[in-house]
Formats: sequence, C-alpha cells, structure tokens
Amino acid sequence: MSEKTHREHGGFWSRYIFSQDHKVIAVQYTITALLIGLFGLVLSWLLRLQLGFPGSFQFVNPGSYYQMLTQHGMIMIVYLLTAILLGGFGNYLIPLMIGARDMAFPFLNMLSYWVYLLSVIVLMAAFLVPGGPTGAGWTLYPPLSALPNAAPGSGWGIKLMLVSLVIFIAAATMGGLNYVTTVLQCRTKGMTLMRMPLSVWGIFIASVMALFAFPALFVGGVMLLFDNLLGTSFFIPAVTLLGQQLPREGGNPLLFQHLFWYFGHPEVYIVILPAMGIASDLISTHSRKPIFGYNAMVIAMAAIAFIGFIVWAHHMFVSGMNPYFGFFFAVSTLIIAIPSAVKVYNWLLTLWRGNIRLNVPMLFGIGWISTFIIGGLTGLPLGNVIADVPLHDTYFVVGHFHLVMGVAALMAIFGGIYHWFPKVTGRMFHETLGKLHFWVTFVGAYAIFFPMFLMGILGVPRRYFDFNVLQYLPPQTSALNIAITVAALTVGAAQLIFLGNLIWSALKGKRAEANPWGATTLEWQTPTTPPPHDNWGAEIPTVYRWAYDYSVPGAERDFIPQNVPQASLDVHLRQPAAGEGVRSRREPGANLGGDKI
Amino acid sequence: MQAALTSVVLVVIVLGALILAASGIWWFTPLASNWNEIDGALLLTLAVIGLAFVVLNIVLAYLVLRYRYREQSRAHFLPDNPKLEKILIGITALGIVILLAPGLLAYSRFISPPRDALTIEVLGEQWRWSYRYPGPDGKLGRANPKLISPKNPFGVDLTDPAALDDILSYTELHLPVGRPVVLHIRSKDVIHSFFIPSFRAKMDAVPGMVTHYWFIPTVMGRFQAVCAELCGIGHHRMQSPVLVERVEDFQQWLAKQPTVAATVKP
Repeated sequence: MSEKTHREHGGFWSRYIFSQDHKVIAVQYTITALLIGLFGLVLSWLLRLQLGFPGSFQFVNPGSYYQMLTQHGMIMIVYLLTAILLGGFGNYLIPLMIGARDMAFPFLNMLSYWVYLLSVIVLMAAFLVPGGPTGAGWTLYPPLSALPNAAPGSGWGIKLMLVSLVIFIAAATMGGLNYVTTVLQCRTKGMTLMRMPLSVWGIFIASVMALFAFPALFVGGVMLLFDNLLGTSFFIPAVTLLGQQLPREGGNPLLFQHLFWYFGHPEVYIVILPAMGIASDLISTHSRKPIFGYNAMVIAMAAIAFIGFIVWAHHMFVSGMNPYFGFFFAVSTLIIAIPSAVKVYNWLLTLWRGNIRLNVPMLFGIGWISTFIIGGLTGLPLGNVIADVPLHDTYFVVGHFHLVMGVAALMAIFGGIYHWFPKVTGRMFHETLGKLHFWVTFVGAYAIFFPMFLMGILGVPRRYFDFNVLQYLPPQTSALNIAITVAALTVGAAQLIFLGNLIWSALKGKRAEANPWGATTLEWQTPTTPPPHDNWGAEIPTVYRWAYDYSVPGAERDFIPQNVPQASLDVHLRQPAAGEGVRSRREPGANLGGDKI
Repeated sequence: MQAALTSVVLVVIVLGALILAASGIWWFTPLASNWNEIDGALLLTLAVIGLAFVVLNIVLAYLVLRYRYREQSRAHFLPDNPKLEKILIGITALGIVILLAPGLLAYSRFISPPRDALTIEVLGEQWRWSYRYPGPDGKLGRANPKLISPKNPFGVDLTDPAALDDILSYTELHLPVGRPVVLHIRSKDVIHSFFIPSFRAKMDAVPGMVTHYWFIPTVMGRFQAVCAELCGIGHHRMQSPVLVERVEDFQQWLAKQPTVAATVKP
C-alpha cells in the first residue's frame, strides 16, 4: 500500500462516501445490508399477517404473496446475510485482526461496495416496474421463472432479479479476491495462519468458497436470463402453458437446479462459517477462556467447506434426478454433521470451567449455540434421503433453514455488532435495550419456528398462500398460525429497538474504553478508538502469540494481547514456573517461552 | 441472576418444545400405505436428534449457570484435549451410522418398484392433477408433450395401439387397496410435486421427464394429494382427492371412465 493512500486527505466525500478505508467500507456494507434486511423483515410481517389472519388484508393476494415470499428469501440470504458477513464483518475485521493497514486492494474494495449498492438498487427497482418483482420463489426454478405469465413478475421482475444477482456476484467476487489476498499476503510479523482468530478463519474460508460457488450461480443466472430475454431453451423442454404449445424444446429444468444448488448449498456455509468464527470469538472472549480445540475448529471449518461442495443434490432428492444419486448425497450430507458437531462440542467445552460474563454479546453467543444446535440437528432428517421424502418442501424445511441460517447466523451477527460496536464507534451501546433485543429475539425465534417442525411432520407444504384446501389439518392450526404471527411481529418490533439502539448509541452512547471486553486480538490494541485510517499509527504491531491467551496460569491479568512479547510478561509473573515462564498452548515458539516469532 | 434466568429459559424452551411435540396435535397423519419403513427411519432420526437437542441444551443451561462470572474466580486454561475430542467424534460418527443404515435400506426399497405394480400416469398442470390408467392390455400408451392439445390433454400418441384403450380421469385418483401402484409422473408446464401425506411419498412432476414412485395403499378411504412445489399463484389450491377402494369398486369406477379412443378422436 502506498503512503499516499493513507494520508488523511480529502474532505467529507473522500473520507466517508467514496472512501477506500476498509473500516468505512465495512460500515457502508453493514448499514446497507441492515436497511435492505429491514425491508425483508417487513415483507415477512406481511406474509405472516396473511397466514395468521387469512384474507383480512386486501393488499395480500396470491400473486403479491408469492412475490413478497420470493423477495424476502432472496433479500435475506444474499443481500443481507452474505453481504453483512463478508462485506461488513470481513471488511472491518480482516485488516485489524491480522495487523494490516488496509485491504490488499483498497480501490477494488471501494468498488465492491458501490457495485453491491447498485445490485441492491436494481433489486429494489423491481418493486416499481410493471408486474412487480418475480414471484417464482427464491430458488427461481425454471420453467416457472422462465416462461411469460407462468409466475407473477414474469416480465420485468425476473429480469431485474437476475441482473441484480449478476451484479451482486461481481461485487462479491471483487470483495472475495480482496479478502483472500489480504489474509494470505498482508498478515503482520508473527501472525502465522494458525495464530489467526477464528473470525478471520471463518471469513477467509467462506470467501474462498464464494469464489468457487458464485460462478455456478452466474452461469445459471445468465442462461436463465437468455431463456427469459432471447427465447433460448437451456432449461425449457417442450411445454404447454395455459393451453398453448410454446415454441421451446430440448432444455432440461434439472440442469438449472444442479447449477443453482452447486452454488446454493455452499452459500449456506458462506453464511455459516463467518458466523461460526465470530461466535467462537464471542464465546471465548466472554468466557475468559481459550477456545477449546483451536486446531480442531480450523480443521472442522475447512472440512465443512470441502464437503460442502459435494452435498448440493440433497436439495434435489425428490426432483426426479437419478434416484441412485440419493445414496451418495445422503452419505456426504450426514458426514458433514461430524465437523459441525465438533464445533458445538468445542463451544460447550469452552464454556466448561470458564468465567462466563453474560453481557449482551455473550447472550447472543449462547443464543447462537442453542439455535445452531436445533437448526443443525433438524438438517439430519432432511439429509437422510428416505426421511426427506415426506418432509421435503414442507414446513419442516422452513423451520430448519430459518433457524440454522437465519436465526443462528443473525445471533452471531447481532452478537458481533454489539461486541465490536465500541471499537467501530468509540461508544458503548445501551445494555438494557441490548438485553431486551436478545431475549425477545431468542425466545421469539423458538416460538415462531419450532411449531413449524411439527406442521412439517404433519405434511403441511411450504409456500402456501393459505391452508384452506388441506383436509388433514387439526382445527387448532389457525390458532397456532395466529400465535406464530404474533411472535413474528413481536420479534420484528425487537429489531426496531436494535436499530434504534445502534443509532442512539452511535451518537449519544457512553464513551468506550479501547478494550472494554479485555480481549486479546489485535483490533482491541489500536492506538486510538475508533482506529485511525491507517489502523496502527507509526508502527504496525508484532504478534507473539495465538489469539486465545485467556486466563493463562501465572499471568497477572486474565488475558494477554497477541502483541505482548513474552519478556514483558515475565516481569509481571506472580509465580514463575521453573524455567518456563508463562505457557501458552502447544505451538512452536510458545513452548520455548521466548520472543521467537 | 442473569445466569439463572438464562438457564431457566433454556430449560423452559426444551420443555415447551417437548410438550408441544408430545401433545400430538401436529404429528404424522395416520399411515395409509406400506411405507412404515419411512416412518420408522424418520422416527428414529427424530428420536436421535430430539435426544441430542435436549442433552446439548441442558448441558448449555448447566454450564451457563455453573460457570457464571465471579469476580474472584478465574477460568481454567484448557486449550484442548485430543482424547476427549476423538471420543466425541466417535460417538457422533456412530450416531450417523445408526441413522443412515436403516435409512438407506428403506430408500433402496423405495426406488425399486415391484414388477407386478399397477402403472398409473399422473399429469400435473397449473393447477390441477389428472390421471391415465392402462386399459385391458395393462399397458400405458406412449405419450409426447408435443402432441398435447385441448382435445388430447395427455399428448397420447394415437398411433400406438396400446394407447387407445387407456382410461382418463380428470378429477380423482382411485386406487385398489392392497395392490402395489407405481406412479409415472409428468408435467405439462412448470414443475409441480405430487405429494400424498398419508402415503408419505412425494416426487416432483417435471416437464420433459417422467418421474416415479411406488407404494401399496393399505387403508381404504378418502385421502388427499397436494402440490408440494411452488407452481404459480394457484399452488396452494392444487390438490386432488385420492380414493382407496376394494378392488371390485375400483374396477367398477374404472369401467365408467372415458377411454382415449372415446375422447381423443383425431
């Protein structure tokens, strides 16, 4: 990075709008993603109003219901979760946590945000065009998404959706290349890969996955756009729509599903791995205890990423693909449960014999463990191919993916926002409002999504505008739907409290200390809070230890920052063990107890 | 205080979940096919994950309470324990094998229809299901999506001698009790999914392809087939009655339905 890049030059525009500072870009990504996420949340309220009180709201008809359903799914998964975890947390944390002054390519980084914003604008434009946004489901399965008048929004809506996705992929690729290069090339002296905080590992592995997965969506999206715009038939066989033979033939709808899920399943892990990393750091820091099994945590994430690329067709067990695929994909899917379970065990073992501070970030860390447990476990019946046959495309699936990649991921995101808020803004958030936000969200999420598992077992299909035709529903179902709707609106209101808390605290909150949590990682050791544009002032930090030296026996305080050399510690030893000094974990250098890097 | 509250809430959530499940209000519809193996594999999976859900959340509740912050206390420095990790991986792997083995066995039967099964064609379109039964020759005639027209909604190939005696039903699916049935599932337009919750089976109807599943209806009565794949604004209305009858009643009903020869005159 050139010196010129980091001189505090320019006025308001170049510092806060067209900034190349990774921290500003991170905040831009986060605010944009939260706002579009708020829009997605409002859509879910309207969906729930219809399901709780069918027919009471004139503006929700089957067409607009399926349009809102589609937009809700796509907004939440791609434009909120992916963008906030990689663009928001990735941008803020990577350079600060590895001791870099900025991303490897600051200009590309800025471009990534503006291209992302463009994709959001194109996405939102679909609400203003004739016919409205597409209502073909967020999975965009052709022929429904490819043929005129097959689904709502089959004119402008679907085309804008696909164009927006293509633009988003361009933004994500710019970001991803940047994150990967920065982690590999810009780590400070002493920051070996196996000393990186798990947040960085999660974001790094997810970025690598994104670079491999998004091209499949790109290809599928462009082909689907051609089927829409140019009348090609990549995915369309001979069909008769609304009594009319269409001049299409030779395409295969399953081809799109393979392309979509080759992206779509890794996408789940692109969201979950950064969340896992963030949750690991929250749990370790606020338990005042090293993360249990650091090496196993890194290996588990890598294993999840690798296996995550060979499980995609478990979304297609009843799609009509060759049924023998079912054996392979069921086995690969259930194998991925093992590294996922390792992570859960290790979080619990991190809490074991810890000194757990139940502040707001930690509450969300606990919430993450609980919701990831139920969300992850309910993936097992869906992966075990024969059990998926009755459950596929029922409310069981809705409960599963909302808990695991919606609620659990948001637990990590909220926890992370509260955790790093003092560093980003230099002010503390309002503790009581934060706790209120947590409790309503956590308990409410169970109230919303747990009953859906039972409805799924009963055989209630998902994506139903109403349940009137289903003859096998017990009479209590409408009461249950009202209860779920009330819970959903309450949880929604809690998110408004969260946003209000963020805005109020950023302006009026109590001034934060440089390291309010007593954390070890480098971002808490910056010369000023918030950190300066170049992060470190005159000299970049040197790293002497791993990221989890909490409650090291013999050390004076219950944490040792990564940039504290061994020699300076030995001075403060309460009881130096014979010839050893303060021992860290088993790693080269640490065992030798010296300043060797 | 805070720790106690957190633990109590976790325990209450677990109890609430168990009570709601045990109330049985929303649970399997009574099984009306031979697929008790599907129910078995699913119940086994639900039991295992239910146990893990309860145990892990209770452990979490315990840890939060037991190791709550105390000013004077200090966490135990424990970076790892490879032996414990290996044991936990072993237990998890064992659990996975216990789930997979019966599941895959049941699946292998699910995808292998018996030879003597009655073949029935299911045709999905926005937003209804129709059915085609083989005539006295016991064979379904060839069909081709390019031949679909208002007069020939199934796109039956009239040059195929096996086609003319085929029998059509535009409203209901009737099935003889106790006889294996294999469905040949097609779609005219977009993807649908033919799901009979009481039989536990579903399969997508994909244009350009013929997909299959088989079952034996074991209980006489009226059931419901619904669509389980988003197919447009009528998705939630796309359903069809399924009637399982004595063989004689089934034959009688079938004899009253129109044949291809009677309806689709070129």
